[in-house]
Amino acid sequence: MSIRALDTAEPGLRDLTAPEVGAETARGRIWSKLRRSPSAMVGLAILCVYVGLALAGPLVAPFDPGHDILRDQFLTPSVHHFLGTDDLGRDEFLMLVYGARYTLYLGFLAVAIGLAVGLPLGAASGYFGGWVDLLVQRFTDVLLSFPGILLALALVAGLGVGLRNVIIAVGISSIPIFIRLVRASALSIRELPYVEAARALGVPNWLILLRHVLPNSLAPVIVQATLQLGAAILVAAGLGFLGLGVQKPTPEWGSMLGEARTYIFTDASLVTLPGLAIFGAVLAFNLVGDGLRDALDPRLK
Amino acid sequence: MLTYIARRVLVSIPTVFGVATVIFLLVRLLPGDPARVIAGVLATPEDVDRIRHQFGLDQPLYVQYVTYIAHLLTGDLGISTRTGEPVTQEIFSRLPYTMELAVVSTVIAVTVGVTIGVLAATRRGTVLDLLISSLAVFGLSMPVYWLGLMLIIVLAIDIHAFPAAGAQDPLGFVLPSVTLALFSLALVARQSRSAMLEVLNQDFVRTARAKGAPLRTVLVKHALRNALLPVVTVIGLQFGALIGGAVLTETVFSWPGVGRLLVDSIFSRDYPVVQGVVLMLAVSFIFVNLLVDLLYAYVDPRIRYS
Repeated sequence: MSIRALDTAEPGLRDLTAPEVGAETARGRIWSKLRRSPSAMVGLAILCVYVGLALAGPLVAPFDPGHDILRDQFLTPSVHHFLGTDDLGRDEFLMLVYGARYTLYLGFLAVAIGLAVGLPLGAASGYFGGWVDLLVQRFTDVLLSFPGILLALALVAGLGVGLRNVIIAVGISSIPIFIRLVRASALSIRELPYVEAARALGVPNWLILLRHVLPNSLAPVIVQATLQLGAAILVAAGLGFLGLGVQKPTPEWGSMLGEARTYIFTDASLVTLPGLAIFGAVLAFNLVGDGLRDALDPRLK
Repeated sequence: MLTYIARRVLVSIPTVFGVATVIFLLVRLLPGDPARVIAGVLATPEDVDRIRHQFGLDQPLYVQYVTYIAHLLTGDLGISTRTGEPVTQEIFSRLPYTMELAVVSTVIAVTVGVTIGVLAATRRGTVLDLLISSLAVFGLSMPVYWLGLMLIIVLAIDIHAFPAAGAQDPLGFVLPSVTLALFSLALVARQSRSAMLEVLNQDFVRTARAKGAPLRTVLVKHALRNALLPVVTVIGLQFGALIGGAVLTETVFSWPGVGRLLVDSIFSRDYPVVQGVVLMLAVSFIFVNLLVDLLYAYVDPRIRYS
């Protein structure tokens, strides 16, 4: 029997590729559902604008936006300065454009930290149970006991301010939610027959975790990661607003807003615009996250 | 029920210890020598040594930790390095302001949130539903400090309707509490809407309608009572958002609460106060969630915790 014959004639072997095909159509189904949700599309459109701005930043602003000309302070919008200038004579529009880079960078890295620590801990906690579960869950309880922005605030108070520490602080505060999420799916997956079969075949635990447990908890993780991006941006900007986040002269929206507060009577637009930028970014991630949830979880709606 | 309460309380004790330990370690990570900060720039090395000894900073870490825990158990949070007052006193003099703000905001969030959430659910798919659902996602995405500043610009600077800052005037209450309430309001509205939708699909609601009970009675007596259960949980969760939001809101409105105290203390490296405030806020969050869990078990007879 030739190899070609094997390829075409044996239905049992063809079936091996079936899950792949299924995955393709599932992705298509999710996308078509997502496309039918107007709010998710609005969110996606806003995101495209932000990503575009972040990528095009150096093109529209070939010079450093931190560059200040003191005699140009508080200029009203003009041909030279599209949105006017701030208290140090820096171009507000360029600062906002550069802010998109820092905000997205910060959000993605922070959530990446949350995922990198949260997924394995959550999967191990749910899959192994016993003392591993107990230990991880008490750790999660402790992290979750710091309400809202407080954990990031306390971490920054300990680590010090600046871009890197803000990313670490916001990243650590994103860990517990992923632990809880993955643990819940791992708990149900570990009882399923195919996991039992894999274990009976002698597949090592780490491989079962990697090949079966993690992929099966992917849907809620994707939804949560999207929503968490919004939350991370909100917290990081909050730290910046308090003066405990990314520092001058980095054009980060939260700290721009915090500095502009002093000039609220002089130039209200310096307060309005960075806040609007933060609001837009968080809203976009929330809309896309909600859309994904509706598309991935047919039980809701 | 009693055993359940006892067990829940016992489980939260190690969490409180964990929180205390994390805070202790975090504060010790602080870059720079706290003794030098306390002593000030003009201090001689002898002064710095004296202060290091006075605050126990010359002791090994584990000794400091044991002393810290022993003091915590007697309710002693240490002495503020900035004012020289006991930390508990600093916190208690500021706490009423934060409590007032938190209580008023929670009342706004729960009453308005449940009302519009139920309204959206009963008018599902209408313009009103769309409007309320959009308001909810806007509220969840809005930076609370930005909302506060926008309210100041429009209502305090432009039309002078409310004071921009301070807690002296009763009118000064309006802007901070509305600002702080919005996020929680959005959360509660969303949760009430989906809880209500779920209950409206249940058989007993259809039966009640079928036997001729008026819509109003069915909504209030049958649906709402059942929909309130998940809402109770969200009220506990929103308390966390409320505390985090209070730190930011108090900064925006120069409100003399514990949130401002925390931020000021971080800036002046007054670490006993930072430690004390974070611990107090975390423990009250644990406590509120404990209460919510117990309340949940009490109001829902279907749940039998053993």
